[in-house]
Amino acid sequence: MAGPPNGGPQLSRSPGRAATAALRLTIGWAQARRPSRLAEHHARYGPLPAGRRAAATLADAVTAAGLTGRGGAGFPTGAKLRSVASGRGPAVVVANGMESEPASRKDQALLARVPHLVLDGAVLAAGAVGADTVHVCVDRARAGQAAAIRAAVEERERASPDPVRILVHELPRRYVSSEETALVSWLNGGEARPRATPPRPFERGVGRRPTMVGNVETLAHLALIGRYGPDWFREAGDSDAPGTMLVTVAGAAADRGVHEVEGGTRVGDVLALSGAAGGAVLIGGYFGTWHSVPQVAGRPLTAAGLRPAGGSPGAGVLYVLPDGCCGLAATARILRYLAQQGAQQCGPCMFGLPAIAADFEQLAAARPQAGLLARLDRRLGVIPGRGACRHPDGAVRMAASALAAFAGDVRSHAAGHACAAAARRGPQPDGLPVPVPGPDGGWR
Amino acid sequence: MAVILRLRLDPTACTGHGLCADLLPERISLDEWGFPIISGDVPPRLAAHARRAVRACPVLALRLARAAEQPRPRQARHRERGG
Repeated sequence: MAGPPNGGPQLSRSPGRAATAALRLTIGWAQARRPSRLAEHHARYGPLPAGRRAAATLADAVTAAGLTGRGGAGFPTGAKLRSVASGRGPAVVVANGMESEPASRKDQALLARVPHLVLDGAVLAAGAVGADTVHVCVDRARAGQAAAIRAAVEERERASPDPVRILVHELPRRYVSSEETALVSWLNGGEARPRATPPRPFERGVGRRPTMVGNVETLAHLALIGRYGPDWFREAGDSDAPGTMLVTVAGAAADRGVHEVEGGTRVGDVLALSGAAGGAVLIGGYFGTWHSVPQVAGRPLTAAGLRPAGGSPGAGVLYVLPDGCCGLAATARILRYLAQQGAQQCGPCMFGLPAIAADFEQLAAARPQAGLLARLDRRLGVIPGRGACRHPDGAVRMAASALAAFAGDVRSHAAGHACAAAARRGPQPDGLPVPVPGPDGGWR
Repeated sequence: MAVILRLRLDPTACTGHGLCADLLPERISLDEWGFPIISGDVPPRLAAHARRAVRACPVLALRLARAAEQPRPRQARHRERGG
């Protein structure tokens, strides 16, 4: 396939920032004050490949590129395209822009600046799987987001209509509502709650059709692979993690926010790039894992790189705990939030998550009941794997990683001696983005 | 050929009545909140007890299938989230 057109996304590497400055999705973001218009978008990235040949070869190109899902699961996108394409009857594409992870900003940033790149990816995916409809799902609590995307869709309809129908939907804000079965349930007229599987959406999803649910960043990368091919895609990143990825850095960092880094970039380099200063990091969002920075800094921010440490990059969120703040208190707040944000439909999650949140609150306050750690250990062992979705599994994994990463604090807190940070009165200045639940807007 | 059966629980339907654990304690225990924990498949010698447990569930949350019908690999259960 052809390389990038003149002025296209040549891999730009600024000297002095080794392995951290390959810009593809984020070209021109520093100057962007509004979503790029279709003409600007085409000038930057070139036209969208069209026609039957492009559609027929896309799954192969995406497989060869090694693109994996950027919503958190890291599933191979090429395999997903093939599964949906081989299903019975016409398919459906869902662009998942819900970004319910409180610390994550990458999908919002992407949709706010390059909506056409995401829409291109969705349209290409639709061609590859034989879909006539693309559903774009966003959080209804984010003012203006859906309107901006609808404006981009209308712009496309005026310029050169896509061969598919694109519909933009605003879903209720819930942590679990971004799960793919929750999107499918809502699009089918039901509640935005995860459903028991099987069937997975790729087998039977929207309108009982095979459904390709793709995170919006995944679709943006797919749009570039469709244009420039897999070899170009692999010019960035390493063989384990080709291409670039968007990361969001939150907490104790001078340059918080969204950065684009090459696949395989070390955690320490991402932290340095964002001016992070703190001894502990939560990698992968609220379903992620806590690590001590010295122990994880040398590991690549990839599934393979973090697996030995029990972690995964998730949706590329890193929260840096400021020195002098208590990791157990932070974990307790996250657990309380996750307990409130469950779908309230499976017993082990409905009762188990509030129970471990309360255990962590006791631990953080260094006012342990007798047998607290043994009880917590038993609960962490019994909750995972028993829900319709992985919400309880993610919460338990995060909680268990806190016990390991903050082992010293756990011992002293369990003995009734709070660390200096936890003993301080008032809320911790930890910058942890834990949303305060608003009025219950229901699940529909 | 001996058929190995697998207990399948719909966790969204289960409300923790706990009758299943009474009827099939060999494979079902209850957690501290009264929800079933299933351990292992059902061999032929327990099949009748397992069917009784399935029939007893007031909310039809439990069912039995051939173990071979459930080869769904872990990776196919991936979560796709919006980040």
